[in-house]
This record gives sequence, structure tokens and C-alpha cells, in this order.
Amino acid sequence: MVAVKETVEQVKQLDVDQYKYGFTTDLEVDKAPKGLNEDIVRFISAKKGEPQWMLDWRLDAFRRWKTMDEPQWARVHYPKIDFNDSYYYAAPKKNAAPKTLDDVDPAILDTYKKLGIPLREQEILAGVQTSKVAVDAVFDSVSVVTTFKEELKKAGVIFCSISEAIKDHPDLVKKYLGSVVPVTDNYYATLNCAVFTDGSFVYIPEGTRCPMELSTYFRINEKNTGQFERTLIIAEKGSYVSYLEGCTAPQRDENQLHAAVVELVALDDAEIKYSTVQNWYPGDADGKGGIYNFVTKRGDCRGANSKISWTQVETGSAITWKYPSCILRGDNSRGEFYSIAVSNGYQQVDSGTKMIHLGKNTTSRIISKGISAGKSQNTYRGQVSAHRKATNARNFTNCDSLLIGETCGAHTVPYLESKNASAVFEHEATTSKISEDQLFYCRQRGLSAEEATALIVNGFVKDVLQQLPMEFAVEAQKLISISLEGSVG
Amino acid sequence: MLEIRNLHVAIEDGSKKILNGLNLTIRDGEVAAIMGPNGSGKSTLSYVIAGKDDYEVLDGEILLDGKNLLEMEPDARAAAGVFLAFQYPLEIPGVATMTFLKAALNAQRKGRGEDELTTPDFMKRVKAGAEKLGIPQDMLKRGLNVGFSGGEKKRMEILQMALLEPSIGILDETDSGLDIDALKIVSEGVNALRSAKRSFLVITHYQRLLNYIVPDTVHVMSKGQIVRTGGKELAFELEANGYADYVTNAAA
Ligand SMILES: Nc1ncnc2c1ncn2[C@@H]1O[C@H](COP(=O)(O)OP(=O)(O)O)[C@@H](O)[C@H]1O
Ligand SMILES: [Mg+2]
Repeated sequence: MVAVKETVEQVKQLDVDQYKYGFTTDLEVDKAPKGLNEDIVRFISAKKGEPQWMLDWRLDAFRRWKTMDEPQWARVHYPKIDFNDSYYYAAPKKNAAPKTLDDVDPAILDTYKKLGIPLREQEILAGVQTSKVAVDAVFDSVSVVTTFKEELKKAGVIFCSISEAIKDHPDLVKKYLGSVVPVTDNYYATLNCAVFTDGSFVYIPEGTRCPMELSTYFRINEKNTGQFERTLIIAEKGSYVSYLEGCTAPQRDENQLHAAVVELVALDDAEIKYSTVQNWYPGDADGKGGIYNFVTKRGDCRGANSKISWTQVETGSAITWKYPSCILRGDNSRGEFYSIAVSNGYQQVDSGTKMIHLGKNTTSRIISKGISAGKSQNTYRGQVSAHRKATNARNFTNCDSLLIGETCGAHTVPYLESKNASAVFEHEATTSKISEDQLFYCRQRGLSAEEATALIVNGFVKDVLQQLPMEFAVEAQKLISISLEGSVG
Repeated sequence: MLEIRNLHVAIEDGSKKILNGLNLTIRDGEVAAIMGPNGSGKSTLSYVIAGKDDYEVLDGEILLDGKNLLEMEPDARAAAGVFLAFQYPLEIPGVATMTFLKAALNAQRKGRGEDELTTPDFMKRVKAGAEKLGIPQDMLKRGLNVGFSGGEKKRMEILQMALLEPSIGILDETDSGLDIDALKIVSEGVNALRSAKRSFLVITHYQRLLNYIVPDTVHVMSKGQIVRTGGKELAFELEANGYADYVTNAAA
């Protein structure tokens, strides 16, 4: 047992020793008073200079939220959250309304640099990256900068913060905001409607293939502050966009809440590819601190032949509660969900997807890979349903769990529901374990314990990594290695 | 040369002693066979040579070409030339056999301070080796040992041994679960690897394998000790008389 014990020990250390993004940036901030009430909602809306309709929408959500209860069905445990003990708005002061990168506080630019996110377009162009990536950088409650805006504009693509979109493109926002995730969808989503502070907005016009990858990089910096981001992506008929999302936060003793809502709309023949590498601070070796990640992500394949594909690599957060889903409304539409969820230390993951087949000949594919180590718990929760009218709906689900050590848990909770006799759902699930004997076998062949673990883990997640855009795949693979590989010896 | 002196081994938690002052020397180029009843400690001996954690060495030493194996990690022992063909080879799902072979070979080369093999060079070696052992190419793309039959797993062990070119190859009941045709192929694979520098420790319960891999010496193991040593004819004697003598003798 020694090698596995050692691996587990090493892995336990990792969240403390290897979370490279745990630094904080000292900045003067503009904060809302602590607590959550209607005045805070008004405060946020006023800070953003929002129109009345937006404030009304928020207030309505807030009143509804007060009547709702926190969901209890997920396999996660945490002390009751005191929603009044948090700040709901924090913005770097110097960054009131940057027009160009030169107006952005150098301390913030420096932060992104440290995180490896280039914000200066000339740096990106001069850098090693082979393809261009436009970035929207969200720092606590505000978007600090969006790159390549001009170039995207030429293609007719709108890529800006949601705050800007509310002011500059109110018709699009009014038409689509809340149209995929209704205001009262669930407790955290409703809270998000009331207090969301920033996030990204993407609009791809008809027949346009977005000329570069778009990405948003979320950073929580302030103490005791929740981040409530809101992202809305609309792909008009025959358009295509690939969007990436990354996240990190400083190492802090207290838990911080991150409750995002992401809505995707794909019209006829449009395709949206949404990838996430989530690396929020997971908490320390004793399970202290870390982000509570309660996220609602949903895509609506509204048009015929549309396609939405979610790919996620989840390695961070103390608690992850996240089910990126697809509503397959358009005939022949397709939804995909590819997921790698790594849990370690005392992390708790309850994640999966929903594929809701409404249209005819709709297809979906779910590939989920959960890796648990340490004392973590990792649950896949998935729902596949076919509506009465969803003739010839097809789903394939493959859901694998890998356990490292003896003290972690993996759970699979699939719900299948078909109201149409022609629907065909296939479900495969496996649970395996990196055993002491497997490690010894690999080491007998000359591999070190870390090499052996990495080899086995990489083999396990291969199918999903292949779905990520190239640059992200490399980053994700490194991240998984850091989270699990350990340096046994 | 492998030298084992006065080896005493217990299960890690100390609850049971398995090897009781075992002595064994295998010269360069020698093929030594160990035969013995089930439970006499044959697999334990092979695991202890390779460095498995489950056992505690209470006394004694194991030297390979003068190097003290007991002070080395399992991967360092492998790089130093120890290869164990497992009685029950492990499955590594999702890791293509080819990927595994390459990782292992390069890890050992790195361990010895040698350069990695180029991919074409590596592929050539694997393909040639696989062909000799009747391993189809598409099997190399599948997860290592996953869904392989017993015989296929044993052949894969021999392919690995051929690629890794150890100085001592330990075969733990490689014959078990093989039909006669597979036994011949595997034995030919092993015989092709015999050389003046490479030695083998062939562990088996039955004499049959030794018709194909003809040993230089035969040792009888009982209750964690070598109780008798002879030439290849000793194997026939055991086949005829069984192990009953040794079990009672050692118990006495
Ligand atoms: N890891 C272990 N834990 C407990 N008992 C073991 C272990 N390994 C071997 N033994 C016991 O030691 C004895 C020798 O086993 P083994 O070396 O497998 O013998 P052989 O290969 O000769 O059949 C057996 O009684 C076996 O049950
Ligand atoms: Mg045995």
C-alpha cells in the first residue's frame, strides 16, 4: 500500500503547494455595503448605469428569490450560507471606465500577465500563440477590458461585457436574456438575475464564422466577495463560434460564492462550441476555504440543424454544482457534453448535464470522466429526456469514474425519461481504480510512480481532451497533472 | 549475475513469514528453473526481486551484477535490467498498448542515461517483435491487456521483455493458461532472447514448459527455501513423483 498512500499524501499537499494562482492583488476597490437587500440590487444597477427595465428585471428576480429555497438534492455538504455576510459588488477603483488598455490599472494588467493571459493585442500577436484569441477580462464584479474588439467588429461580431451590451444593444439583450434560463429556474440562477455584475456578451451575425476564438477570463480577487457573472451568446443562422472560459481565485480561508448563469442560443444551422477550464481555488489540505461554484449553464438549440457543444475541465472549487445542458428544440439539432471533473483533497463535485430532446431527429452525446482522489466526492448527475414529439431522438452516454486511493468516492446518477417510443438512449458507465498492483506493474516496466499515474489518468481522459481547442488542451492536461500526478518518491 | 543470499521475507504487516533463508545464484546466460508446490513462495520471490511493497525483507541480500537491488525503487531495478513477466498481468484501461510500451522503454532508457528512441525506430522494433509472437497490429492499439485472453496477456509480457532487453527475465508461471500452440510460440519467443549475457528465472509448477525452454539448472522450492538443486532431469523426477516428499520433508 505504500506507493498509493504516498501518492494520496502527495496529492493532498498539492492543492496547497501547487495552486499557483492563489496570490492576491492589492488594489483600491469600490465596494457595495455588505449584505443583500433591495438597496444592494439598486446599488449594483446604479453603478452600472443601467436602464430602468434592467433594474426592474433585477428587482423582480430578487423578490422571487426571497421566496425560494436552496436546492438540497445534490450530493454536496456545506454549512448554511449566510447571504448577508458577503459583498455583492467590488470593482477596482482606478478602473471606473477604461477606454483603452492604457487606462487599465497596471496592477490588474500585471495580474493577468501572472495568470498567463495576455491582454495587449500586440503581445498576443508577438507571442508564441499561433492563433488569435480575443479576451474579455472580468475582475471581481467588472469587465476590465475586451481585446480585439475592432477586428471583430469588422466581421460584424459583437464581443463586449454584458454591462456594455445592456447599454449599447438593449434590443438583443431584452430579446434573449432569461430566454434560456428563466428567471426562476433555480435558487442560484434567480439570485444571479438579481445581483449579476458582469460577464460577456457575444453576438455572431447570420452566416458568419467568428474569425477567432473568443474567451473570458474570470478572476475573483476581493475577499468576502461573491462573483455573479452572466454570459449570453447568440449565434444567428448559419454562424459559428468557439468560446473559452477560464477562472482562478486567490487562496483564502473563507469560502466564496461564485454563482454564474450562462445562456447560449443557436439558431438554424448555427454552432456554438463552449469550453471551460475551471480552476477556482479548491481549498487547502484540510478542506478550509475554496470557492463554492454554483453555476447554471444552458444552451438552446433553437433552430433546425443547430449544434451546441459543452466541453469542461473542472479541477478547482471546494464545491462544484454545475450541469451545462442543451435544449434540443430545433429538428435535427445536436447537443454534446464532454467533461473531465477532477476532485481531490476535500473537494465535492456534483456535475453533469441535461439533454432535453424536443425536436425530431435530435441527437446528443455525453462523455463524462470523473477522477477522484484524496477525501473528495465526485458525482456525475445526468438527465436525458425525450419529449412526446421527439421522434427518433438519440442519446449516447458514457460515464467513467476513476478512483485514486481508498478514501474518495465516485457516484453516478443517471435519469432517463422517454415519452416517445422511437427514442434510443444508450448508457455506459464504469468505475475503476488505480490500484497498487497497477502502479507496481507500471513501475516494474520502468515508469516512476508519477509517470505511471499520469499515464493512467491521461489514458482515462483522452477522449475529452481531444475536444478542447489545441492551446487549451495543453493547459488542461498540465492542470490535471498538477492536480493529481504528485511527485512520489 | 543474480545472487540471492539468506533471504528472509515476511508479509508487510509481519503476520506471516514466506521466505526462510533462501539462497540462489544465477550466472550470466544461465536459465534456472524453480519448481515447487503452490504456496511455497515462488511468486513472492519474484515480487521481492522486482521490489513490490507488500513484503518486508527481514534479512539477506539480492545483488544483480553486484548492485544491491534491495536499496532500489522498482523502476530503478527495471532500468538496471530486472524484468518480471507476471503470473497475472495487469490491465491498464485507456492506455494504448503501443503508448505504454513506448513510455516504458523511454523511461528505462532515461533511467540509464540514454536518449529516447525515435518514433519510427520504436515502431519498427515493436512491429518486428509483435510479428514473431503472433500479436496482431490492432491489438497494439487497444488498452494494455484490456479484454486480452490469458494467452494474449502472456504473449504481451514476452513482447515487453523482448523490447526492454533485460539482463534477467523472470517468468512467473508463464505457462499457466496456455494451450500447446501458444506455449510453443511463447517458448520460442523466450528462446530467441537467450544470450551469453542474459539470464532467466523460469518459475513453473509443471515440467511441461521445460520441454520447450530447456533449463540449465532446476531448483526445488518448498516452504520458502531452495531444498534441492539439479540439472534438467530433476524436472522429470518431480513430474513423476510429485512434490509430496518435499512438502513433508520441509515440514519436518
Ligand atoms: N501479499 C500477501 N498477503 C498475504 N499472504 C500472501 C501474500 N503474498 C503471498 N502470500 C502467501 O504466502 C504464501 C506463498 O505465496 P506465493 O508466493 O504466491 O506462492 P507460490 O507462487 O509458490 O504459489 C501463500 O501462502 C500465500 O497465500
Ligand atoms: Mg505463484
